[in-house]
Amino acid sequence: MDLVQLQRQFVDYRTSLYHEGFLDEQFTQLQELQDENNPDFVVEVVSLFFEDSERLLNELARALEQQSIDYKRIDAHVHQLKGSSSSIGAQRVQKVCIAFRNYCEEQNVEGCLKCLQQVRHEYSLVKTKLESLFQVRLPCRREIFFLSKMVLP
Amino acid sequence: MVMAASETKFHVLAVDDTLIDRKLIEKLLKTSSYQVTAVDSGTKALEFLGLNNNDHHDVEVNLIITDYCMPGMTGYDLLRKIKESSSFKDIPVVIMSSDNIPSRINRCLEDGAEEFFLKPVQLSDVNKLRPHLMKRRTQTNVNKRKAMDEIVSPDRTRARYNELEVK
Repeated sequence: MDLVQLQRQFVDYRTSLYHEGFLDEQFTQLQELQDENNPDFVVEVVSLFFEDSERLLNELARALEQQSIDYKRIDAHVHQLKGSSSSIGAQRVQKVCIAFRNYCEEQNVEGCLKCLQQVRHEYSLVKTKLESLFQVRLPCRREIFFLSKMVLP
Repeated sequence: MVMAASETKFHVLAVDDTLIDRKLIEKLLKTSSYQVTAVDSGTKALEFLGLNNNDHHDVEVNLIITDYCMPGMTGYDLLRKIKESSSFKDIPVVIMSSDNIPSRINRCLEDGAEEFFLKPVQLSDVNKLRPHLMKRRTQTNVNKRKAMDEIVSPDRTRARYNELEVK
């Protein structure tokens, strides 16, 4: 597959992620911030998001298993997850977090457990998609830079 | 030795307990040609400024941008501490928050914050910082120039000063 085809594939895939609501405008902002001084900026930020999210999801699962549930603690974790997902533009994850926080406020354990399942699901979806997106690129740094600079059609 | 103000980059101190947001704000600020120091707590911010110890750091910070929700010292607490300090009260402070709570926003602005940005912070938000920084720098230069004039020719009349003043 040549460069033009790969570029096309990258753009098409990325566009579909926007259309399906997996990513929003904030992801575009991240790409626009990437430059020659920081050619791996987007990948670095996304990796931080993955690490952070996995830690938070584990904390949430543990917190919801407790005999006496600490809703303040759960809310704090969800607040963090909402923040980091919004910072990278992971829109669907962010939306579930909003619902999750409402259930925390109501101290509704069923609602919280349902949201945990949903947020896990949305997280794993966006993770898979972002990993695929970053694989649709050439190994050379310069090409990655040019690919990521491509503006949405 | 006084450096020509126009040659030095503005130095912004960024405060946020979340690594992702720290990385983001740092990039946004660097992209806008600011020199950046990023710390993860209000306490560290005060230490950096030299507020907590007598061993004063000779560091010049032109603006502080801080997250609101932080464990221990919130961004609001930090704002108050800065504004209550005789050495640092004139440093402009900007607050960021992921929660859109009008009462929170108003309280911060009333208590001295120059701006309140909703997260995720954009480049267009960072562009709003420049006027606050330029205003301080221009004011400092006007004051310096006036002071210099007075030293050089103390017997000049008021009318002459007005001709020299920057409009």
